[in-house]
Amino acid sequence: MSLKLKALLKSPWVFHLSTGSCNNCDIETLDCLTPRFDIERFGMLLVGSIKHADVLLVTGSCNRMSVERMKAMWEQVPKPCLVVAIGTCAGSRGIFKDSYNCPVPLDQIIPVDVYIPGCPPKPEAIIAGAVKLIEKVGSTL
Amino acid sequence: MMGRTIIPIGPYHPLQEEPEFFTLTVEGETVVDIDVRIGYNHRGIEKLSESKTFENSTFVIERICGICSTSHPFAYTRAVEDVFPMEVPIRAKYIRTIIAEGERIHSHLLWLGLAGHFLGYNTVYMWAWKLREEILDALEILSGNRNNYAMFKPGGVRRDIKAEDIPVCLKKLDSILPTLDMLKKAVLDDPVLHARLKGVGVMTYQEAIDFSALGPTSRASGVARDVRKDSPYGAYQEMEWDMIVTQNGDVFDKAVVRILEMFESAKIMKYCLINLPDGEIDANIMDVPPGEGIGHIEAPRGETFHYVKSDGTNRPVRHKVRAPTFMNLPTYKATVQGETISDATIILAAIDPCYCCTERIAVKDDRGHLLYNGKDLIRLSREKTEKMKRRMGVR
Amino acid sequence: MTREEVLLDFTSRFHEDILDLHDKSRTRVFVTVTPESIVRIGTYLFRNVGARFNIASGTDMPPNIEILYHFIVEDINLLVSLRVLLDRENPVIDSLGRDIEALNWIEREMSELLGITFTGHPDPRRLLLADNWPEGVYPLRQDYEEWDETADRTRGI
Repeated sequence: MSLKLKALLKSPWVFHLSTGSCNNCDIETLDCLTPRFDIERFGMLLVGSIKHADVLLVTGSCNRMSVERMKAMWEQVPKPCLVVAIGTCAGSRGIFKDSYNCPVPLDQIIPVDVYIPGCPPKPEAIIAGAVKLIEKVGSTL
Repeated sequence: MMGRTIIPIGPYHPLQEEPEFFTLTVEGETVVDIDVRIGYNHRGIEKLSESKTFENSTFVIERICGICSTSHPFAYTRAVEDVFPMEVPIRAKYIRTIIAEGERIHSHLLWLGLAGHFLGYNTVYMWAWKLREEILDALEILSGNRNNYAMFKPGGVRRDIKAEDIPVCLKKLDSILPTLDMLKKAVLDDPVLHARLKGVGVMTYQEAIDFSALGPTSRASGVARDVRKDSPYGAYQEMEWDMIVTQNGDVFDKAVVRILEMFESAKIMKYCLINLPDGEIDANIMDVPPGEGIGHIEAPRGETFHYVKSDGTNRPVRHKVRAPTFMNLPTYKATVQGETISDATIILAAIDPCYCCTERIAVKDDRGHLLYNGKDLIRLSREKTEKMKRRMGVR
Repeated sequence: MTREEVLLDFTSRFHEDILDLHDKSRTRVFVTVTPESIVRIGTYLFRNVGARFNIASGTDMPPNIEILYHFIVEDINLLVSLRVLLDRENPVIDSLGRDIEALNWIEREMSELLGITFTGHPDPRRLLLADNWPEGVYPLRQDYEEWDETADRTRGI
């Protein structure tokens, strides 16, 4: 198990998933790949399939329709997989906590390792969160 | 009977039974039917609005859509002001216009980048998103945030623009214009893109009327309508600017409209920054009287429409929100059917839906077998561009 | 045609169906019409006057459910909102979406969020709510109550 995590430290492969968001967090996450922030120089790669993911980046407030899909995807992902909740919606649903379509926050459905609050968190904050994640993994090895 | 080939390409989509955003049914390479399922982003905001005060609601409304985060508060505050009816102070109108046009520029750049991504023009993707950062910087200087500006309130704007910030923003606007020009030529003069996008995903003028399509999606089909011209608001009547309308209704025209609109937006934004009048920024509304109000404005994707019903208390009785994509999404019935699957992604992206929408596509044969997912379609789209480049001898 | 000509033509043509007219401002008119006439009037505005359809908004106003159909006559910048009042115990109205494509989706939305039946609608499936949302529970109604026992409405701290 520690072999995968060691590989993760060198080059984490991230898969992005939205559970019903306004897309701001998704756009700021994608922004991290663009020249100004360029998260690829840290070895982070956005992958197209959940079966290749080491890290799951989740945004959104877990609305009823998206949550079914997310649960099924969580079963598909090879463990260990770290989960990063990007944005206040993924953290606790934020202003949508009383919405009839958002019953529970993300961390009651799947285990979350890192929370990056913000609405949306700036790309600098997302990168700082990614660094904390790598430090957290590194400290467990 | 059409022969159907199921080509296993990479990992299958894990949720074969789950309803996707878009399900395309194909015969061979041709799309014969499209079904759209929305609701993945439904967060019950209209109901939430009823439990918030008129002013607090603005913060919830901003988060309906991240990339339209000015247009929803703009339409909502206009709806509340329409209950009286009342007009906000002139300085507030100018500030609102500056933020709204800044958003239009960075929203269209985002779209341009995504379109480049789907077509395999990754340089366009990177350049457009890099350019976007300059506008986001300008908006951050003016409002304090890259998005979710929290500038709007019923009665005016919440924060003023400092005089010393204006020259900095003007400089940023001027700095992007040469690159914008380069991107414009790179797209509009590229023979491969002409071949790839002209005649693809056509929506006729009559179809645009029947669907009540909005924004660049309908202006590309010759419908010369823009809320900024037809029902003026903000500072849009204070200066000369052009409404961009083309006639062919294909994906190429939709790109042309968006690219040229960015130059007009820069013009409007610069005028407002230079000629910002003095005065109050807030009309200081105390109580909203009983009644109904409607606010509609031109968002980057088309008309955003808000309706508010008040009973004289501090909360709305009813708040109806209608984003432009709600009217534009059904137009797929007209634009995707009969087209090939390698063009499906770019046609779906052409109306500029929420980014997440274009991720969830499933292509099935008429017996319901899954053939491709969204990532496969992007790959097919890029492969088609490559084939065209080779055929045209372009490299 | 000017604003006055449009309104005169409209009110004289449908004078039997118009119950009330509220001329709110130069750009806003609210007309209350009978539910039976909505298809005729809506189609006339859309096809003959050339108005664009904006959206329809349904509101639960006990003892009625009210629907407002918003049309805009862009040449003269006039927004005409047609109001119909339905009986809350049995809200049924003819579907305008059967004739005008632009109304297809909003009628589906109003039927699942408010419980209105649009007779003759070509595609009365759910639009926004998930498949596991219970039948007969309409979130936009005033008497909507939390039905989900597993919902957590705390802040989680």
